[in-house]
Amino acid sequence: MSLIRVQNLHKHFSLSSGLGKNLVVKAVDGVSFELEKGEVLALVGESGCGKSTLALTLMHLEEASAGQVLFNDNDITTLKGKALKNLRRDIQMVFQDPYESLNPLMTVGAIVEEPLKVHGLGKSKSARQEMVKKALEDAGLNPAESYLNRRPHELSGGQRQRVVIAAALVLEPSLVIADEPVSMLDVSIRAEVLGVLERLKLEHSVAMLFITHDLGTAAHFADRIAVMYLGRIVELGETQDVLENPQHPYTKALLSVIPVPNPKLRRKHIILQGDPPNPINIPGGCRFHPRCPVAIPTCSKQEVALKHININHKAACLLLDHSA
Amino acid sequence: MRDFWQALRRNRMGVIGLIMIVLTLLMAIFAPLLAPYNPKERIRVTLDSIYAKPSLEHPFGTDDAGKDVLSNFIYGARVSLTVGFFASFISVVIGGTIGLISGFFGGKIDNLLMRFTDIVLVIPDLPLAVVLVALTKPSLMNIIIVIGILGWTGTARLVRSQTISVKERKFVLRAKAIGAHPLYILRNHIFPLVLPLMIANTVLVISLAILNESALAFLGLGDPSTLSWGQMLNFAFTRGAMSSGAWWALLAPGLGIVWLVLGCTLLGQGFQQILNPRLESHHLQKSEMIALEGSHVQQATG
Ligand SMILES: Nc1ncnc2c1ncn2[C@@H]1O[C@H](COP(=O)(O)OP(=O)(O)OP(=O)(O)O)[C@@H](O)[C@H]1O
Ligand SMILES: [Mg+2]
Repeated sequence: MSLIRVQNLHKHFSLSSGLGKNLVVKAVDGVSFELEKGEVLALVGESGCGKSTLALTLMHLEEASAGQVLFNDNDITTLKGKALKNLRRDIQMVFQDPYESLNPLMTVGAIVEEPLKVHGLGKSKSARQEMVKKALEDAGLNPAESYLNRRPHELSGGQRQRVVIAAALVLEPSLVIADEPVSMLDVSIRAEVLGVLERLKLEHSVAMLFITHDLGTAAHFADRIAVMYLGRIVELGETQDVLENPQHPYTKALLSVIPVPNPKLRRKHIILQGDPPNPINIPGGCRFHPRCPVAIPTCSKQEVALKHININHKAACLLLDHSA
Repeated sequence: MRDFWQALRRNRMGVIGLIMIVLTLLMAIFAPLLAPYNPKERIRVTLDSIYAKPSLEHPFGTDDAGKDVLSNFIYGARVSLTVGFFASFISVVIGGTIGLISGFFGGKIDNLLMRFTDIVLVIPDLPLAVVLVALTKPSLMNIIIVIGILGWTGTARLVRSQTISVKERKFVLRAKAIGAHPLYILRNHIFPLVLPLMIANTVLVISLAILNESALAFLGLGDPSTLSWGQMLNFAFTRGAMSSGAWWALLAPGLGIVWLVLGCTLLGQGFQQILNPRLESHHLQKSEMIALEGSHVQQATG
């Protein structure tokens, strides 16, 4: 049984243009995937392809337009009230911007304790304090006592993100959705924060949806990689498979620009042509065809679904048979 | 909080305003010590003591009843300040509540409340206040209530826009994500961040309330058992100060009103300058985004 099973999920936003015409932003446009207990799936794609929207829709922070999200086999897209609140214990989110994720007026102790209070966990103030300290230490803030009474403005970006992680950990979730958790941090401390997330997976067997626009970070500790383009997953497979044997031209292009230390392994840079994708005006046929370096005329006419390359590796491209 | 005081200390306008208000407050509190005479005291009026010129005995001269203008002026500050504080308290509570609810819940509730606010906003305050006070009884309490329930619209709009900008911040989304109730979020995450601006706004509302009280009193709708600065002006005008050239009966109360309103305005502006830059930049970003979206839309459709 999968921990989470996403089936044909859609999230469309309608923008009223003021000209009486309604424009629809198809931010997430038919996404399906599964995630097992304790597994890390990296979701990769360029800016604006719908990664954050997918995360918010999974979290039920945005209402799904269509499709289903099954969490432990229960459809959560229609949850309300008490059931929704209980779900919020199991799925936690870490946002991109650690400077905006913390209430500037609250102390670190209060921030990490808040989820416990909201859910009525911990028998007493002192029991909760112990849980808070443990979470802070698990997130790599040692000694925890010295952080309890500090406020966000006294902390660095990396420390703030650790506080966010601690506040997610304290509820002992089974799934953490991390939306570009290190992209706003100094390069020098990214590895440490990633290390904290990796320990979550190893020591607490927390499953994770790790969102990034950088395949390099994804390669570090993801079990599988999903590549997203204009609201859809175009390639999905085990990390090594995808990195060594990419199938979709878009994945190949993304991989070609990752710096590789060994010059012999360096690939030819594939520079994508054409306009950056626009989720208001999605091209017909394969949505990647206007920018695809190997597109053939059929690509603009025929929709493509994910096809299996092997049991664990799927890609959505008409030309698979030719290029593989 | 400490940062806030430091910023205020560097804000010259704010400091001047604060000093002006504190001086007035001290004058009102220590009125019995400062005033040479007690305005409530019965005195024997002679023809010479009516509208007497400023003298050593009466530095600001006397009024139509032979009372010392300086003493009336000092005691009058109490009325203006009382009305200012309590009326603005009512305004800020009403405006703050409406602004928070409207900004936080958005949608239909927001539409409804903002339409209501617009209606109250376009009704001319003073004429309505005159009617309401005339219909009820011009007691201090009624004056405070009427001024209070007419003066909240600015606060409501300000608090609403600040609420909207705080609501968009990620820590509010995070609170939602851990399962916090909307009212919990409103109370614990939004209200504390809106509060400083509300307090700053209060000072501006006080000046409006004081001005309104003076206007009502000047029009003869003051509480007869008190003597506010507006009432002093009213008496001077209606009881022949102009025709007898007794400018001193007008000077002190007139300047008093200007002084206090100016002090509140300066302090309020100072507060807003300290607190608002963020708010203003948010507005800018919003309008820029709308402008961008607009051009985007035109490209897409055109
Ligand atoms: N609330 C919304 N209303 C309208 N459009 C939206 C909304 N949220 C997102 N979008 C649009 O949906 C598309 C996908 O946005 P999203 O934030 O999910 O992208 P992303 O992949 O997370 O990008 P990034 O890497 O920059 O974070 C964008 O075109 C965005 O403008
Ligand atoms: Mg994003």
